[in-house]
Amino acid sequence: MARCLQTKVTSESHSIIEQGTVSLSRADGTTLLIKLSGPWHLKRDVPSAAILRRELESAAPPKTVSFDTTGLTNWDSGLIAFLVQTSQVCRARSIDQDRQGLPTGLRRLLELAEAVPEKKGTRSDTARAPFFERVGKMTMGYGLSVSEFMNFLGQLAVACGKYVRGKARYRRVDLVEVIQDCGANAVGIVTLICFLVGVILAFMGAVQLSQFGASIYVADLVCIGMTRDMGAIMTAIIMSGRTGAAFAAKLGTMKVTQEIDALTTMGISPMEFLVLPRVIALVLMMPLLCLYADFLGILGGLVVGVGMLGLSARSYMQETIATLTLTNLFGGLFKATFYGLLIGIAGCLRGFQCGNSSSAVGDAATQAVVMSIVMGVVACGLFAVVFNIIGI
Amino acid sequence: MSAESKKSGGGVATTKATIGKPHIIVKDLTMSYGSFVLMRDIDFTVRHGDVFIIMGGSGCGKSTLLRHLIGLKEPATGEIFYGDVNFTRADAETRELMLRRFGILYQSGALWSSMTLAQNIGLPLGEFTDLTPSQIREIAALKLALVGLSGFEDFYPNEISGGMQKRAGLARAMALDPEILFFDEPSAGLDPISSSLLDELILELRDSLGATVVIVTHELASIFAIGNNCVFLDAESREQIATGDPKDLLANSHDPRVRKFLTRGKEGGETANHHD
Repeated sequence: MARCLQTKVTSESHSIIEQGTVSLSRADGTTLLIKLSGPWHLKRDVPSAAILRRELESAAPPKTVSFDTTGLTNWDSGLIAFLVQTSQVCRARSIDQDRQGLPTGLRRLLELAEAVPEKKGTRSDTARAPFFERVGKMTMGYGLSVSEFMNFLGQLAVACGKYVRGKARYRRVDLVEVIQDCGANAVGIVTLICFLVGVILAFMGAVQLSQFGASIYVADLVCIGMTRDMGAIMTAIIMSGRTGAAFAAKLGTMKVTQEIDALTTMGISPMEFLVLPRVIALVLMMPLLCLYADFLGILGGLVVGVGMLGLSARSYMQETIATLTLTNLFGGLFKATFYGLLIGIAGCLRGFQCGNSSSAVGDAATQAVVMSIVMGVVACGLFAVVFNIIGI
Repeated sequence: MSAESKKSGGGVATTKATIGKPHIIVKDLTMSYGSFVLMRDIDFTVRHGDVFIIMGGSGCGKSTLLRHLIGLKEPATGEIFYGDVNFTRADAETRELMLRRFGILYQSGALWSSMTLAQNIGLPLGEFTDLTPSQIREIAALKLALVGLSGFEDFYPNEISGGMQKRAGLARAMALDPEILFFDEPSAGLDPISSSLLDELILELRDSLGATVVIVTHELASIFAIGNNCVFLDAESREQIATGDPKDLLANSHDPRVRKFLTRGKEGGETANHHD
C-alpha cells in the first residue's frame, strides 16, 4: 500500500531545521509510523498531537502505532507531552502502541507518567451551584459567623469576670507591652492625622462662615466637631488599621504555629492570656488617645484661624472654651472607649478564626480592619441618633 | 533547688506497681470534620510505661488522633479514658487538671515566640506552682540542661535552629514533670543524627521520669528503635488495621498494607518493585 502522508511541519533539511518535526507514514494497512526528528524543545514550539488526530480521522484507523526516532537529535518535556497526548488519542481509539522505537529514558518517563491513573473525583467540579443553593449556603454561613461571634463575646465576658475577681491568668508584662504599643507608640500618627483633621474642619467652615463675617464661629465648629465625634472616630480608624490588624496577624500566626494550642493544652486559657490584655489595653488607651486627638484638632483649627482668618489666638481660645461642654467631651470619650472595645474584639476574633496558612493570616488582618471600621462607623451612626433622642 | 522540690499536680507517675496497667484507653472513637468521617472505630489501649506509636501514611489522621487525645478536638462518637477517668465526658475543671499532667511537643515546637526559652519553660511553673521566680529560673535551666541546651536560657525561639527549638519544646513539655508525653512528628525536619539523638532522649526520659510516651510518626527507624506498642491507621479504609508491638507486626502481620508500610514498600503491595 505504502501510502505516504508527509504531514510535516517544517523543512526536512537538517541544516535549516531548528524545530522538532513529526511526519506520519503508513508502512502497511495496520501500522502507522510516527517519525520524530530534529530537536524537540519546549522553547522552540513543538508540534501538537492534533496532526495525529486528523490523520486518524481522515483514513481507516491502524491497529498499531510505532515510532521512529533515528532523526531525533535531542528532546525535553515538550516531546513527553506530545507522546502522552499521542498515547491518550491511541487509547481512546484502542490502538496499540509499539514503543520499541523510542529512547529508553523517554520510555521510562512515559511509563512513570502513566503509572498512577487519575484519581476519580480529584478534579474539582466546576459546575456552579444553582442560585438559591448559593444564597442559602451564604445565609447559613452568616448565621454561623454570628453564633461564633456570640460565643467569643460570651467567653470574653467570662474572662473579664475572672479578671475582676483577680483570677485571670495573664502576664502583667504582656499587658504593659500592649498598653505601650497601642498607647504611647500610637501618639505620633494620632498627632499627625488629628491635627490635619482640625485644619480641614476649620478650612471647610471658614469658606462659608467668612462670607457672613462670622469667622470666629470656626472655633465653635472645630471644637464641637472634634470633641463630639471626629476625635473619637478618627482615633478609632487609625487604631483599627494600626492595632486591630496587628492583633489579628499576631494571634493568627500564633494559631498557625500551634502556639495557641500549646497554651490551651497547658491549661492556660488563650482568652485570658492573649485576648484579655489586648482588649483591656485598648479600652484604657482609646479615651486617652481621643482626648489627645481632641486637643490637637482644636490646635489645628487655631492655626487656620490665626494664620488665615486673621483671628487673634486669645479670642479663638475664648470662643473655644465658651463652646466646650463636658457633655460633648465625655460623650466623645465614651464613644472612643466603646470603639476600643470593638477594635479589640474584631482583631482578636479574626485572629482566632484564622486558617492554617500564611495567606490566611493576611486575610485575617484584612478582615479585622474591615470589621472594626464597619462596626465603628455603624456604632457612630447609632450613637448620633441615640444622643439626639436623649437630647445630649 | 532540685527538681524533687516540686510535685506534679497530684498525679501518679508510673512506678513498678503500675507498669503494664492500662493508662490510655480509646473506645470506638470516630473522628470527623463536619460530615466528613476521617477514621472510624478506633480502639486501643496504651499501658503505663509504653512508647506508643501512632502510624500510618500521610493524611490518614495521625495528628488528628493526637489532637483528640489532648482534647483539642472532640470525638464525633466514642470515648477516651485516662486510667479510670473519662476524659471525653469530664467537665472543664477536671480536664484542666488532667491536661496539666500531659507534656506535649508540637510538630513545629510551638514555643511562644515573644518569650525567651527560660520564660517559655517558666510560664507553666509560674502559673501552676508556688515557686519563687528564682526557683523557676533554676528549674528552667535544669530542664534546658536535660535536653542539652544549657546556656540558652535567654535566647528567643527565632534565634536558635529548628532542631534546638524542638529540644526546647521538649524541655517545656517536661516542665511540670508530666505523666504522659505526646510527640507530634518529633523527627520531622531533623537530620538523621539529631533524630536518633532525640529518640534516645525520649527513651531516657521515659525510663527516668517513668512517663508514658505517645508518638505520632512515620519514621520507620524511630518506630522500630523505640516503639513497643502501636496503632496503624489506614487512610483508604478509614479504620485502624493493626495494633501491637511494631516489631511483632513486622515479623507476623499478614496484612499487605501493614507489611508494605513497615518494609518501605518492598513487600505486600502490587506496586512494590515497580521501578527497580
